[in-house]
Amino acid sequence: MDEHIERVLRLIADEPGRTTDGGGVVGTLRRLCSAAARSLPASGVGVSMMAEAGMRGVAAVSGPPYEQIEELQFTLGEGPCLDAFASRRPVLVPDLTDGATHRWPGYTAAIHEHGLRAVFAFPLQIGAARLGVLDVFRVEPGSLPASKFREALTFADVAVTTLLDGQEQAGPGAAADGLDEVMGQRAELFQAQGMVAMQLGVSLSDALVRLRAHAYTQNTPLGDVARDVTERRLTFDSDQS
Amino acid sequence: MSTVSTERLAAVFVEFADTLIDDFDVIEFLQMLTQRVAGLFATAEVGLMLADHRDRLTFMAASDESARLMELFQLQYNDGPCLDAFRTGRPVTNVDLAAAADRWPRFAPRATEAGFTSVHAFPLRLRKQVIGAMSIFGGASELMEADTRIVQALADVAVIGLLQERAIRRGEHLTEQLQGALTSRIVIEQAKGIIAQAHGVIPDEAFHLIRDYARSHNRLLSDVTGTIVSDLPRSARLLRQ
Repeated sequence: MDEHIERVLRLIADEPGRTTDGGGVVGTLRRLCSAAARSLPASGVGVSMMAEAGMRGVAAVSGPPYEQIEELQFTLGEGPCLDAFASRRPVLVPDLTDGATHRWPGYTAAIHEHGLRAVFAFPLQIGAARLGVLDVFRVEPGSLPASKFREALTFADVAVTTLLDGQEQAGPGAAADGLDEVMGQRAELFQAQGMVAMQLGVSLSDALVRLRAHAYTQNTPLGDVARDVTERRLTFDSDQS
Repeated sequence: MSTVSTERLAAVFVEFADTLIDDFDVIEFLQMLTQRVAGLFATAEVGLMLADHRDRLTFMAASDESARLMELFQLQYNDGPCLDAFRTGRPVTNVDLAAAADRWPRFAPRATEAGFTSVHAFPLRLRKQVIGAMSIFGGASELMEADTRIVQALADVAVIGLLQERAIRRGEHLTEQLQGALTSRIVIEQAKGIIAQAHGVIPDEAFHLIRDYARSHNRLLSDVTGTIVSDLPRSARLLRQ
């Protein structure tokens, strides 16, 4: 695990819990949003879960007003967050008065009414395996320094791992940092993801969940599991768990 | 005095200029860059890596399979010229691999084994920020001072091409473009896995199938890989058409 991830995990761990926090993934994401809002800093942060098939919804926000603000993109069907998800890259708008009205007329007007001037949307994804978006809102217009963009992207990395853990049968925390252990073999992990998706007829995200669950239950490094798949020593069948 | 022919160099710059106004595909652009830089020298192969927001280098493109392996070895062993050029922001030139076992205990023997005798690496820079590095693996011939400047100039032009903007003033633009480039590499690996499974071939062969299909149908590589990852059941049949 690298220093950037460690720092962000510490910020999330230090974030005080609230009585309204649910357990598990939702609670962790709520603390992640609050920690990100405090550290970047931002007026508010939200995480939405989205699927290719169109299923979408707000998963967590840093504070009550942002529930509705995060929901805006879905209600209006436009906004930087939806564009970030569709284009698979961050959409960073430091000043909503600067050309944004043409891109997202409805969204810009609505977000202005909430007093917000900047939106930074970071897709939660591993390549084509897309899970949602992390949105950062600020009342002041203006860019973030490079180091803060990097930090926001690291919060997004942790959100991805948290969402994957939530889907995993092995339970939360399983192989939590496994994705980081495979640095030298990352290409193989992504190839294995594609192969397993085809073997099981599931999405790329589900394929990654299965790979991680296998690594966890067999107590094998994720990189080794990926290599076994690409070299065809290991095949996933739909009838095996 | 330089070993690089002026005509060849001029041709490379013209091709770059063409690419930058054409329909743009970041991976194909980097692939072309590595091949053209390799082509400037009698015996050389070239590999290129970009760093993500957590300073983790990721393989992006190589002039041939041997250079790709050299890049992957550096990532796996966490030593090598590309890593040094990235960390220091300065070129590494004319290192005799036979005498480099102290400097790169794990990488140097592997590179020698692969038939390379010398190595050079150049940082990819945007003003003060280093965003990646490019290595040249070669035979016995030395890079002259003038060659070093030429290759660094090509690397600098490549960064401008990669970021698709002549004067990058907006910090958020760099984040958007770099993240987009890194994601498109992951998507290629996932598509390779999908096609490998569907066609019963190894991932490297799958890449050739994808690339040939893109070329014969006059489509961008990113366009074809995008189709593959977004419709798994259909992509099983895609390249058979």
